[in-house]
Amino acid sequence: MSKYFSPFVIPFCIGVVLLFAFCIWKYIRWYKGFDRLQRAIIRKNIFSWKFLPAIWEIVMESLLHRRIFKRNLLLGYMHASIAFGWFLLIVVGFFEAEFGIQGSKPFWVAIFYRFFQHEHNTFPSAAVFTQVMDGLLLFVLSGITIAFVKMIYSRIVGMKKATKHVIFDHFARVSLWCIFPFRLLSESVTAAMYHNGGFLTQTIGDILPFANEYVEYTYWLLYSLSLGVFFTAMPFSRYMHIFTEVFLIYFRRLGVKENEQKSGYTMYELSACSRCGICIDACPLNKQLDIKGVQSVYFLRDIRYKMLKDEIADNCLMCSRCASDCPVQLDLMAIRRQMRDKKELDTKNNYRYLDTVRAFNAMDRVVYFAGCMSHLTPGIPDAMEKIFETVGQKYWYMDKEASICCGRPLMQQGFHTQASELRRKNTQLIVQSHARLLITSCPICYQSFTKEYKLPIKVMHHTEYIDMLIKSGKLKVNKDASLKVTYHDPCELGRGCGIYDEPRDVLNSVAVLMKTPEEREHSLCCGFNLGNTVIELEQQEKIRNAALENLQTGNPDLICTACPMCKKAFTRATEAKVMDVAELVVKKIGE
Amino acid sequence: MRNLKFGFAISIPRSINMDTADNRLLKQLEEEVPSFKRCMNCGACSATCSARQFTDYNIRRIHSLFRMQQYQDLENELKPCMLCGKCTLVCPRGVNLRSMIMNMRKILTDPKRKDNE
Repeated sequence: MSKYFSPFVIPFCIGVVLLFAFCIWKYIRWYKGFDRLQRAIIRKNIFSWKFLPAIWEIVMESLLHRRIFKRNLLLGYMHASIAFGWFLLIVVGFFEAEFGIQGSKPFWVAIFYRFFQHEHNTFPSAAVFTQVMDGLLLFVLSGITIAFVKMIYSRIVGMKKATKHVIFDHFARVSLWCIFPFRLLSESVTAAMYHNGGFLTQTIGDILPFANEYVEYTYWLLYSLSLGVFFTAMPFSRYMHIFTEVFLIYFRRLGVKENEQKSGYTMYELSACSRCGICIDACPLNKQLDIKGVQSVYFLRDIRYKMLKDEIADNCLMCSRCASDCPVQLDLMAIRRQMRDKKELDTKNNYRYLDTVRAFNAMDRVVYFAGCMSHLTPGIPDAMEKIFETVGQKYWYMDKEASICCGRPLMQQGFHTQASELRRKNTQLIVQSHARLLITSCPICYQSFTKEYKLPIKVMHHTEYIDMLIKSGKLKVNKDASLKVTYHDPCELGRGCGIYDEPRDVLNSVAVLMKTPEEREHSLCCGFNLGNTVIELEQQEKIRNAALENLQTGNPDLICTACPMCKKAFTRATEAKVMDVAELVVKKIGE
Repeated sequence: MRNLKFGFAISIPRSINMDTADNRLLKQLEEEVPSFKRCMNCGACSATCSARQFTDYNIRRIHSLFRMQQYQDLENELKPCMLCGKCTLVCPRGVNLRSMIMNMRKILTDPKRKDNE
């Protein structure tokens, strides 16, 4: 034992012990915070086939960072080189020590192998291992170099704005960055003295002017110190994401979801955020209004360090643009809702006045739910009624007279009890109508019906329904090849529910659909999303103008959308024609 | 609804004594929702309101009452709102009515305020 001990390993050992102690303590505490339903899901699925895709995703994301690669090659390389490179350095180093030193040995020998084993060629392919280890070290160092350049000039990796970190994160980052240069130097000095280095360390070692025992010891001590400091800081800094992401992916793959209230799972999500800052560039509040400090990265950090202010939680459009870019795929919108929880303000029995609304027997009819906003754009329900009549479909216009909100606007603001009251009423009306299909014109209601309601019947957005009618030949439309249109993906329909193709197919069958620079997952919010209650009209207009500009590229004859709110927002601002998909289809109905 | 039943209603006098008036809540609301002041009392919000279809909930009235610092029972009067946001979208003056309603509720239900009274 004493042969493989030297006092410089103490900081490293302390760091490792603290790291694992804190991590295990935190993970157990958070796991205890899971609610009964979440635990039941884990118990049910833990020995199922879902285990395999989870492992695959963990390798692809936690080690290789595939999603960041897709975004920017250099940024992906930076993350992969540090994460995957370091991982391989540990694994290969472990085997090298295992083969190189026979018999029992303390765990730190693998980390400080060169210091304890001056001989090379201790086993047949030792030389190969030496070169591979040097190659891996170079791989990691290249990533650290990019990270350093990124700190000074983040545009090199395609990021306009980088995260402003708290001082503690800077401290952890510096200790991380120190690890690998010190490893290089210490191994080089040892190589200079004992000629046991690879292509990199031996070359550098031969150049180094001072190579004696004292210099060697100092460098190894510094290497051990930076490791120890980083490991100690890790559970409290953003680098907690390294381990947490693994658990998060695993739980998510098992089927665990966010709740209305903060739970242990939320704690995993908070710590899985690496504060990479990719969400900052995505946020329309940053892009158009230059509002800082409200983006998801800061929001999650503030929750984690318990310094969240209400106006930061409230100042978000809930357009989920950041969530679609997030490389960890955190459920940012759900966490936002949890933090907006209104507690005592969220009262019961506010909507007793709805008790008088009675259901209609709509057997063998479809239910049409226009949604509150559609009442402000009467063209959309009118068009839908016309379409129903054309295809001979009997329908019940559920909210024609008595318009009940679907409850999602309340939920977005954290009134969970009140929202559930509205949901209960609507569910009751729909179930009692005995209809088989619910069609809605409002993406907000659609998302609510599909995700928050537990309806026994199928729910469709009107674009899906029209698409189905056209494809099945029930609705015949004429294609106008001279009409150029652009399509605006509403946040709630596109990113919210993943409906991108149906409206596009419909538009392609009646007109010529043009591409816009930002579309599908990258579509811009119209600014009037009900998620935000902080920004004022003038600010909303700025966001809308940016979205409008995007839609007007290529001078289309018509701007199409599938959301009454977006339509209302755009109609006010432009001379150009704005229409809902349904309204356009009605004009093009053929024989 | 009361008005409809009898054709008339009796209101309590609503004069404000400017010397004793306490406008702290109003100031607080104006700070949270700067657009509050823009209102010209046109009533478009009440006209489009979904809750108004079922009850005598009246945003314009609530706005006026709050401005005149008549907070009696305003807290409960705000409850029928479904926050659907139609009022905000139709407002010709760009008053952020959803935010106004939420903040009014927040201010009026603040336990600190009740302690002071």
